[in-house]
Amino acid sequence: MRGKDLTEVEINRKVTVVEIHGGHRMKRRLETLGIRTGCEIQKVSSHILRGPVIVRIGNTRAAIGYGMAKKIIVE
Amino acid sequence: MRKILLMGNPNVGKSVIFSRLTGVQVIASNYPGTTVEFTKGYMRLGDEKVEIIDVPGTYSLEPTSRAEEVAVEMLKEGDIIIDVVDATNLERNLNLTLQLLKTNKPIIVALNIIDEAKHTGISIDIEKLEEILGVPVVPTCAITAEGIKKLVSRINDAKKGEYDYEEEERWHEIGNIIGSVQKITHRHHRFIERLGDASIKPGTGIPIALILLFALFWIIRFIGENLIAYVFEPIFEKLWAPLMMKLSQIMGSGGFLHDILIGKLVDGEIDFMESFGVLTTGLFVPFAAVLPYVFAFYFVLSFLEDSGYLPRLGVLVDNVMHRLGLHGLSIIPMMLGLGCNVPGAMATRILETRRERFIGMTLMAIAVPCMAQLAMIVGLVGRSGVSGLMLVFGTLFIVWLSLGIIMNLFLKGESPEIFTEIPAYRIPYFGALFKKLWMRVKGFLKEAVPFVILGVLIVNILYALHIIDFIARITAPIVMKVFGLPSEAIAALVVGFLRKDVAVGMLVPLNLSLKQLVIASVVLAMYFPCVATFAVMVRELGIKDMLKSVLIMIIATLIVGGILNLILR
Repeated sequence: MRGKDLTEVEINRKVTVVEIHGGHRMKRRLETLGIRTGCEIQKVSSHILRGPVIVRIGNTRAAIGYGMAKKIIVE
Repeated sequence: MRKILLMGNPNVGKSVIFSRLTGVQVIASNYPGTTVEFTKGYMRLGDEKVEIIDVPGTYSLEPTSRAEEVAVEMLKEGDIIIDVVDATNLERNLNLTLQLLKTNKPIIVALNIIDEAKHTGISIDIEKLEEILGVPVVPTCAITAEGIKKLVSRINDAKKGEYDYEEEERWHEIGNIIGSVQKITHRHHRFIERLGDASIKPGTGIPIALILLFALFWIIRFIGENLIAYVFEPIFEKLWAPLMMKLSQIMGSGGFLHDILIGKLVDGEIDFMESFGVLTTGLFVPFAAVLPYVFAFYFVLSFLEDSGYLPRLGVLVDNVMHRLGLHGLSIIPMMLGLGCNVPGAMATRILETRRERFIGMTLMAIAVPCMAQLAMIVGLVGRSGVSGLMLVFGTLFIVWLSLGIIMNLFLKGESPEIFTEIPAYRIPYFGALFKKLWMRVKGFLKEAVPFVILGVLIVNILYALHIIDFIARITAPIVMKVFGLPSEAIAALVVGFLRKDVAVGMLVPLNLSLKQLVIASVVLAMYFPCVATFAVMVRELGIKDMLKSVLIMIIATLIVGGILNLILR
């Protein structure tokens, strides 16, 4: 489980964010819902044809666009 | 007068608290971004009158959408800030709280949704939180008004936060606070949560969405048709018609004033759809033809909004919306637009970029008819069976899709991806739901009905002054050759600027064929927004982009109307 991005994670697995490949703007956007390096997130589901990935961060559920999810590296 | 701002993350209940404090009703729903503009209200604080401002929700003080920009701009004006915090999501909410503490404004924290937090086994040590933050913290449950009095009594205790921290360490600090004030005792999966997950997984979510939307469509039609058939039509036919006939006789069954008030008699009787007098058609259209559908639609929409389903629908359609240069959340403005394009256009403020908002508003103005217009189309075209209706709505849907794809190809820039919180499902609180429904129906009665009556009046005056004939003559080549419509139909296009429901109503006496009805309905929906929508779009887009948008509307209408005229029989 090293260097996977969020789209590759199995459903229901709890992972830790290790890196976010993105500009300041994207990091800031993710941070608003508490997604940042070091935080623990659980993947709830993903959608076919590069649809959004649904994750749970604490008590918050969030939908992340496929391209954005690709840039979130977890382990 | 001192200004008190209600600030906080989206969807934490600021608008409900606002209504509780000021008695001013504002629309509150269960999805992030219901409030895109600020609302002002007043309340008494002892002997002092203060202004309360309901500010759009924001996750941080660095805005990422137009609605968030509004929130951050408002911050400067506030004298006191009530920071509304969702107790079930304390960690994420504290992010904004800590940023607010650095603004040097007096702050009081309302720890809202405390009932649900307790329910899910989250316990928060309020005294300790108050001690750490250095500002008052009051637990509230806005929906039931619990804690609101306490909140009011402590507003004057609001003070500047003493809590200091390094910017880079913010999340670390939040973690520390959470560790010392919050305890999670147990978490049981509720049925509603499992349903929540099922409705967002593609395998189960898409069938659920299809069944749900179909059911809702059916409910709207059921409520609408029955209200018309058993309540409003009988009232008009049995009570109002005899009264109007008497008035007609008194006025001598004809003449200028008679034609304006009562309209033309059809076979010696009043025909509420065809007579076109201010007191006949002018009242029948808004009350008997449109209101039942507006009521039914807003009942269903309010239910959808409060349940928390809309963002989930957004996730399911994200893929399709991406091809239109939008992302899934833009389904929310589109759904609101089905009720009325004005709030729909406003709701595009939840989108991040100008490009998305341009595409969203243009698509809505062209291919999302409002409920008033829809009700009239259903009434008129639906008389000759479902096939005509399918053609109208099918065409508009195809236009919506293809125009979105085209705009996405040719407009500069990219559209950002969906990134949204998905709120917990809540069983709509019926008191709040009906209050909201009543607000919207009242809004329709106050803002739409006068325009409908005015529209009917203007139609009569334009006819009397032969202005319509004049316009009909110059535009005849387009209307007749391209669209295959009789030149009288131009009158409907003229009035459509004012009210589209009246415009559709004007087609009734023309005895159009089904093909012409379909073309006229599509053209009326597409060619130009009504004046209210136009005004909002100018304000939101600016003149230059609005001209662009109008150009797209007109060209699209000519092409689509022309094609329909060529291929339909």
